[in-house]
Amino acid sequence: MNRHPIIEVRNLDKFYGTFQALKDISITVHQGERVVICGPSGSGKSTLIRCFNALETHSSGSLTVDGVDVFEGSKEIRRLRQEVGMVFQQFNLFPHLNVLENLMIGPIKVRKISRAQAERTARKYLDRVHIPEQAEKYPAQLSGGQQQRVAIARSLCMETRIMLFDEPTSALDPEMINEVLDVMVELADTGMTMVVVTHEMGFARKVADTMVFMEDGRIVEVAPPDMFFTAPASERCRMFLSQILEH
Amino acid sequence: MPDDSVGSGGIPVPKPPVHQRFLNSVPVAILIYAVVVGLIFYGSFAGAQNMGYNWQWYRVPQYLYSFTDDGFQWGEIVIGLFATIRLCVVSFLLATVLGLLVALLRLSGLVMGTAVSVGFLELIRNIPLLVLLYLFYYVLGPIFGFDRYTASVLTLAVFHSALISEIFRAGINAIPLGQWEAAKSIGMSTAQSYRYIILPQSVRFMLPPITGEMVHLVKSSAIVSVIAVAELTTVGRNIISDTYMSFEIWFTVAIVYLLVTLILSIGVSFLEKRYAVDQ
Ligand SMILES: Nc1ncnc2c1ncn2[C@@H]1O[C@H](COP(=O)(O)OP(=O)(O)O)[C@@H](O)[C@H]1O
Ligand SMILES: [Mg+2]
Repeated sequence: MNRHPIIEVRNLDKFYGTFQALKDISITVHQGERVVICGPSGSGKSTLIRCFNALETHSSGSLTVDGVDVFEGSKEIRRLRQEVGMVFQQFNLFPHLNVLENLMIGPIKVRKISRAQAERTARKYLDRVHIPEQAEKYPAQLSGGQQQRVAIARSLCMETRIMLFDEPTSALDPEMINEVLDVMVELADTGMTMVVVTHEMGFARKVADTMVFMEDGRIVEVAPPDMFFTAPASERCRMFLSQILEH
Repeated sequence: MPDDSVGSGGIPVPKPPVHQRFLNSVPVAILIYAVVVGLIFYGSFAGAQNMGYNWQWYRVPQYLYSFTDDGFQWGEIVIGLFATIRLCVVSFLLATVLGLLVALLRLSGLVMGTAVSVGFLELIRNIPLLVLLYLFYYVLGPIFGFDRYTASVLTLAVFHSALISEIFRAGINAIPLGQWEAAKSIGMSTAQSYRYIILPQSVRFMLPPITGEMVHLVKSSAIVSVIAVAELTTVGRNIISDTYMSFEIWFTVAIVYLLVTLILSIGVSFLEKRYAVDQ
């Protein structure tokens, strides 16, 4: 596998006013790598991955994504976002558009692809997330699990090279979590570069190349999953794991 | 209409006290309305009788329509109504464009943009409509060389753009932040996000207050009669100065305004229902 770095973070800090949400973060994600980030609530996981597609701007340090130097006001940010997909905890589908239109609007308006081509792509990815029959429905008519799969397909339709997931199953009823995780596992099998914030450790064991543990705005531990789960180096990470693996 | 007993988020609202429920019930409301309107009419007719007013309702229809040798013709009042409608449509379109610009400026996050739009809003809000009209007609008109009709359109558009911009702003702010983030993360620019994602969703929130504003505009358009722009109220004044039928004509003019604003409200409530179903 081609292992060149695709996200490079060096000494990144992020302040909200005087509150420091990210502290001296350095991490590299390689092309095709699957990184799973976990850590207690408020530890800065969302803030970090939102920096990756410039939904948040970092205060200092450097961030390079897919060869683009990311900084506030950069003209490259829109081009970058076309390469970096994002799946949100709350799905954030466009409620006034039906499923197909949700998938087509980005390719048509942003990538300037023809309607016919965009529809072909949209149907292909709806198949990929196993809901081809829901194409004409509106988001409000779908279950949470279906909505999240549409959201994944929406990102895929932009033919992104990197996918970011911010707790994609946290807002779902338990019986719908697996249908979304299954789609993500299949996506991982295609070689997509993925950065996933999640506490689904079964999923992490299955797909992660690298586990990251964050606490208090810092990266506390970076390790391959077999080491991460069996012999975490830090006491805090061990405690966190024992807490979430208990139930 | 949503069920009154359920508040937003499906939380049951406590039942209002008995006397309030009684006053709010439809038959009672209609009854009270009829009694009040009846009293007003009775009062004014009785008053007019005491003054020895000479009612001449039979002379009114000719100002609405007439049959001459040339066939059917609209009367002066109806022609005045058409002028009012045209004035209102033009002013409203201009007010909407201006209002949207002011709202976007306000939401742009630029310090200059916010300062300019807030300044504009405060200025317009604190000048009486009549004075604004005089400013446009007697001051700006001669300076920039526009006529009384243009002065009227500009006055109405500027005055109502202030309120419309607030409606736009509230409608845009009602859309959750997640929609912006989703739009941005598929690479949309701010303009594209507004156009394809935010504004189409805001329409639902903006439709009812915008109608209110249209009704408001139709009513305030009467003020341009003070600079003798041809429209419904001006026509009414002219007829009265020829015929002295002030009671009949003012009643008629008032009813014509009422009909226009009622039709507007009813039309938009249909639109609203359709929109609600589409969602
Ligand atoms: N827009 C914001 N303004 C101020 N503080 C924020 C903002 N967003 C996040 N924070 C703070 O930054 C910290 C990290 O938040 P977040 O990245 O959402 O954590 P996580 O996703 O790990 O739960 C939290 O303490 C949170 O309160
Ligand atoms: Mg989070």
